Amino acid sequence: MTATSVLAAEHLDRLFQALARREYTCVGPTVRDGAIVYDRIEGAADLPRGFTDTQAPGEYRLERRDDDACFAYVVGPHSWKKYLFPPERRLWRLRRSDGSIERVDADEPPPRYAFIGVRACEIAALLIQDRVFTGGPHSDTYYGRAREDAFVVAVSCTESAPTCFCSSMGTGPAVTGDCDLALTELVGEQHVFLVEAHSPAGRELVDELDLQPAATEQEHAARAAVGAAAQQERALDPEGLPELMGKSLESPRWDEIAERCLACANCTLVCPTCFCSDVEDISDLTGEHAERWRRWDSCFNPGFSYLHGGDVRRATAAKYRQWLTHKLGTWVEQFDTSGCVGCGRCITWCPVGIDITAEVPKLAKGEAS
Amino acid sequence: MAVGTERAAASADDVWVPRPWVVRSATREIGDTVTLEIEPRDASAARPVAPGQFMMLYIFGVGEVPISVSGTGPTSGLLHTVRDVGAVTHALCNLGVGDVLGARGPFGSAWPIDEHKGCDVVIAAGGIGLAPLRPVVRHVLERRGEYDDVVVLYGSRQPDQLLYTPEFERWRAAGIQVEVTVDHADQTWDGHIGVVPTLVRHARFQVDEAAAFLCGPEVMMRFMAQELVDRGVVPERIHLSLERNMKCAVGMCGRCQLGPEFLCLDGPVFPWTRVERLMAVPEL
Ligand SMILES: Cc1cc2nc3c(=O)[nH]c(=O)nc-3n(C[C@H](O)[C@H](O)[C@H](O)COP(=O)(O)OP(=O)(O)OC[C@H]3O[C@@H](n4cnc5c(N)ncnc54)[C@H](O)[C@@H]3O)c2cc1C
Ligand code: SF4
Ligand code: SF4
Repeated sequence: MTATSVLAAEHLDRLFQALARREYTCVGPTVRDGAIVYDRIEGAADLPRGFTDTQAPGEYRLERRDDDACFAYVVGPHSWKKYLFPPERRLWRLRRSDGSIERVDADEPPPRYAFIGVRACEIAALLIQDRVFTGGPHSDTYYGRAREDAFVVAVSCTESAPTCFCSSMGTGPAVTGDCDLALTELVGEQHVFLVEAHSPAGRELVDELDLQPAATEQEHAARAAVGAAAQQERALDPEGLPELMGKSLESPRWDEIAERCLACANCTLVCPTCFCSDVEDISDLTGEHAERWRRWDSCFNPGFSYLHGGDVRRATAAKYRQWLTHKLGTWVEQFDTSGCVGCGRCITWCPVGIDITAEVPKLAKGEAS
Repeated sequence: MAVGTERAAASADDVWVPRPWVVRSATREIGDTVTLEIEPRDASAARPVAPGQFMMLYIFGVGEVPISVSGTGPTSGLLHTVRDVGAVTHALCNLGVGDVLGARGPFGSAWPIDEHKGCDVVIAAGGIGLAPLRPVVRHVLERRGEYDDVVVLYGSRQPDQLLYTPEFERWRAAGIQVEVTVDHADQTWDGHIGVVPTLVRHARFQVDEAAAFLCGPEVMMRFMAQELVDRGVVPERIHLSLERNMKCAVGMCGRCQLGPEFLCLDGPVFPWTRVERLMAVPEL
């Protein structure tokens, strides 16, 4: 068991200071353009203090709380993948000289990030992307380095959105490890954070903060709050999903979904595990330098499956089928884990509110009948 | 911190960088198709390559495309037969001797030829699909005694689009049956007319001892595989090479997926039994 200590909310900046002393670049939640996004943050003042989000299929709204809670929101449109697998990254720069080509840039070391406010479902997503980018025969060095260096400050959820279904997926809302520090925020008479260290680096940092041990009542209160967040109206039973997806490849349901789906790719971009990319080769005017850029792409985008003058998956139904059967089905065969963590982002950020927890049972019903 | 971060042997940042290779020869096979013989400028960039595998060939500032190995050159070189269908393949087809291109690889799975020693061999190809299979023909030629009856069934749209025709006599001389068909004949043509699977009835091989290797348009491969299975060829001994969009070739860009398969890692060569069901689903 890891000992739990208490950090008073007014001392939260000590955590940021300790991370700064260790030369981490802190990134975490902050309010911008009407949403809680992940960005550079310098201290507790940058956190979405006093804000929460209300979410529903196709809906996201920021609201004021009547307290000063820093982490009483759920998850926004961003996920940590944007730091480990940046939306665009230059892979190399080449120069053409005396008839040959040579690389002229060096692999740039990624920043040493401290991720502040990582939710349990997001830890699950990190573990999944670890397998995608570093678990195969080839490894993405940038991802591997950024991930290895990252200091993860996780937060157990004490609120969940109607779009959350991490409980059913077994990924949350409680943080149980795979991080450096785990916080649980308690608001009420006292505004405090219960702090658990889950790594040697985390323990060392907690020692430096010189915290008091948590009282039993505080631990109870934390468990109750996280337990309340575990009561979720949406659910997806992961059992048998790959088989269902495999059996549903020619289900008429895909056409029904395609009548609503705009093929906008939002669901894949907000998904914390989607990893697809495109590359663009560019050269400068002199023709002496060329670069390759890698950018996020999506199986919904035109050109993604381009072959012989056209896309293999032309119909929206085929594109939606790729997304859902990959996420919930073939992912398991490829990476020995589901590609879904139950964060609900694809439900919230779908402009037409398509809800995978509703579509899966319909597929299952189609199969049964 | 290292949470589940397993360090893999090769780093993708290295495999993403094209190395300089030099064109040793460029031979126009037919109107729109050229065979390049390329060699690494720095011998340390050379890797063992197996028939069926492909390289990512890069034209400076233009782009990079997957191209199968169509043979090995006299020294350390590789042969690639490229059909000019777009920007990158056009630039590849216009390379001259001494020109430098970028290359990385090889990637992907190989034709399981050695595993089928002692078998009859059926090689069926359509169009440019003969390129990835030519190393199989050459392999069999070099070890003719290790295989029984060998048949090449090949077709293209028109007679002037047939690849490697000058080699066919050599193949026949080694006792390989070569049957060729075209979709549209002209006055010069006195051979078979029709799609490749119709050639099976002319092929002399023992169905229960045959291994088959197919490459060409997907419909052709599906009909061919079905035809062979119908005639009694063991489905597990039928292999085919598939094609999908590919940008990274190292299993990360996600574009080459066909169901659970990443074509760049698990393929492009698959046993028919592994992809039959997937290939039957439109737009998968
Ligand atoms: C494993 C494998 C082996 C192949 N072997 C050969 C071969 O031996 N000989 C041969 O002539 N052709 C081969 N091809 C097909 C060849 O890669 C395409 O013809 C080529 O990519 C077309 O690119 P382009 O820029 O000339 O054409 P365009 O049609 O102009 O392509 C436009 C864009 O689409 C992309 N694109 C188009 N087709 C493909 C594709 N199949 N894969 C990835 N990207 C694509 C290109 O990257 C390009 O940026 C192979 C393909 C694969 C997947
Ligand atoms: S769901 Fe689509 S975008 Fe996401 S990883 Fe799978 S193929 Fe790529
Ligand atoms: S399911 Fe929704 S978010 Fe995803 S592509 Fe379709 S419309 Fe966009």
